[in-house]
Amino acid sequence: MSRTTDLSHPSPAGAPRSGRRRSAPGTNRKVRRLSTRDKVVLAFMVGIPTLIQLAFVWIPTVLSVFLSFTRWNGLALSDIRAAGLANYSYVFNDSPAFWPAVQHNILWLVFLAVIATPLGLLLAVLLDQKIRGSKIYQSIFFVPVMLSLALIGIIWQLFYQKDNGLLNFLLGTAGTPQAVDWFGNSDVNIWAALVAATWRHAGYVMILYLAGLKGVDASLKEAAALDGANGRQTFFRIVFPAMAPINIVIVVITIIESLRAFDVVWVINKGTNGLELISALVITYLIGEGQSIGIGSAFAVILLVISLVPITIYLSRTFRKEKF
Amino acid sequence: MSPNEDRSPLSFNHIGMDRRTLLKTLGIGAVSAAALPMLAACTGGTAPGASASASTSLTFGSGSSDDVPKAAYKAVTDAFTAQSKITVTTNVVPHNDFQNKIATYLQGSPDDAFTWFAGYRMQYYAKQGLLSPIDDVWEKIGGGYSDAMKKASTGPDGKMYFVPNYNYPWGFFYRKSLWTEKGYEVPTTFDALKTLSAKMKADGLIPIEFSDKDGWPAMGTFDYINMRLNGYQFHMDLTAHKESWDQTKVTAVFDTWKELLPFQNPAALGMTWQDSAISLGQKKSGMFLLGSFVTQQFTDPAILADIDFFPFPEIAMEGQDAVEAPIDGLLLSKKGGKNQGAKDFLAFMGTPEGQDAYAKVDPSNIATVKGADTSSFSPLNKKCAETIANAKSISQFFDRDALPAMATNVMIPALQGFIKDGSIDVKNLEAQAKALYAAQ
Repeated sequence: MSRTTDLSHPSPAGAPRSGRRRSAPGTNRKVRRLSTRDKVVLAFMVGIPTLIQLAFVWIPTVLSVFLSFTRWNGLALSDIRAAGLANYSYVFNDSPAFWPAVQHNILWLVFLAVIATPLGLLLAVLLDQKIRGSKIYQSIFFVPVMLSLALIGIIWQLFYQKDNGLLNFLLGTAGTPQAVDWFGNSDVNIWAALVAATWRHAGYVMILYLAGLKGVDASLKEAAALDGANGRQTFFRIVFPAMAPINIVIVVITIIESLRAFDVVWVINKGTNGLELISALVITYLIGEGQSIGIGSAFAVILLVISLVPITIYLSRTFRKEKF
Repeated sequence: MSPNEDRSPLSFNHIGMDRRTLLKTLGIGAVSAAALPMLAACTGGTAPGASASASTSLTFGSGSSDDVPKAAYKAVTDAFTAQSKITVTTNVVPHNDFQNKIATYLQGSPDDAFTWFAGYRMQYYAKQGLLSPIDDVWEKIGGGYSDAMKKASTGPDGKMYFVPNYNYPWGFFYRKSLWTEKGYEVPTTFDALKTLSAKMKADGLIPIEFSDKDGWPAMGTFDYINMRLNGYQFHMDLTAHKESWDQTKVTAVFDTWKELLPFQNPAALGMTWQDSAISLGQKKSGMFLLGSFVTQQFTDPAILADIDFFPFPEIAMEGQDAVEAPIDGLLLSKKGGKNQGAKDFLAFMGTPEGQDAYAKVDPSNIATVKGADTSSFSPLNKKCAETIANAKSISQFFDRDALPAMATNVMIPALQGFIKDGSIDVKNLEAQAKALYAAQ
């Protein structure tokens, strides 16, 4: 989850600010006296995160953009040759997987936004009631978020297998010619993948909303009840708007998750045959023997540009809030 | 293609290391850039083998990580050490990782000798100068190999690079008892194959077992139809992209395939070759076009003894001359070329003793050197060996003969699309091929 660590990125920048606040009652002289040591500390506190940012975020990003305009087999550096816009032309015109991938990413976003996120919210609201074993349910719903890719693959294989899978067994079609081929049929496998993704995403959203619901002042609900609001009104008019900060985080996470969507699809068939996704295309072209770094980088840059939209919106909102 | 290259859905554990791998690649890139002048100085003017010191040890990188091949290579290294007193340190890497990281591996600090494949997949790295030529080794072992083997071991510069260990033919596998029971006969022409398939379908069987969830098995069908229809040389030129994909010869391959498509398992896209093998073993399907490694799936000796094999029928030209028989063997890294012990090890792999040591543990493949022990061969093994021995030309498999990016990124989705609805866009194949081959 590199994206979530990005969200906490303003905090190093906040460090010097708190320093200033501490010295605010004093005079300029005081600041100067402290500065010898503070400067070193400050340099470290600002410098190290900056270096880490540079090394892990900015340099790879700039290199990717650069490589997307070249042809390179990934071997010797001297093999890098300029390619102009050829890689982008390949992506937009020649690659048969690109436009389906864009559609699938959009479908992914819509599905997560319309089904998975509300489901997570519903789970959170239900578990926030004082029901018995609430903690156990929370754990159960959160487990998928913590599972490794390999395990997820095995679990869903057990559900979806054509001849021996649980789902076809329940439908009574296992082993018959009518059995639905959940992974192999390109009309249904995207939905199978989306259900698997929902299973994960809902747990994640649930935990975030549970934290949000705990943070809502109980007196607000009491006041609403006194004014004669029913449960539904209390929730939609009072509690939900009160969770505005969480809601924004959830929106951003849902968008990012739909762009990051990768693992489930990769587990099923490496993102081919009806399961194309941009992120899977990036990996296909960048990793392994079949790598063609220029084209892979072009896919990555396109994904980056798309991702920048929600990130920019999120950041501009955060910074606007800090002004008042 | 072998089970070693099984693109199983659970073998992607390298994903978690993306960033590390990237850094490693960058780091190694920087180091290798710095080391270039040094390397140039090293190789300057020394005759092959002249700088080789009398070494008493070597390192051996093996991508054969499954239990049986792993034990088999251990038997080889043990036999070599016993004979030569040269110790071998083996580094076994899970096969998918080994293949995916081969470029980084060869540019970093590779082992002296390592397992790899013949074909374009070997020539490509030879062309990049990442391998050591072993003409001196071939002077010793060359007599034991057929011309087809020698051709498959030669690099693009005409030097020898590869020592074949074993290979395995692709063909139709079937259960003898089922065929006797129903009175089926081995087809030798494409028309006979279609007639037989229709009969099997009428008998309620899936005539041709087929699986392409992993994407690569369908390449075998493409390779064979192309070779039978347009000839071996055209197939080689097409995979090397010396021929265009956008021509009627290629369209004809898919048109011919379309006649076969109704007889192939319609559920192929959701199945792995292991699923298909089970179905063949249960006599639910008539035959299965795959490599002879399919027999590894039949653990019941009774079923195994009931499996037989016939080569892909004739279509338009060259009869059944060409056989798809991927060769696995050993290569020497750039660094290994300076280690005489490593060269001795490769030479040992090219002797009957070396290959017997391997085959004793892993009998599912066919030894490649003349004089290797065939006394323990099952009738099926003998048939496979004969088919290869009688072949006029040997292809490796699409993903070994073609650019890996072409095979993985273009052919797999294209063939899966073709299996789905019988449509193929050769113009687009050519456009993609042009972009990918130009990037190399």
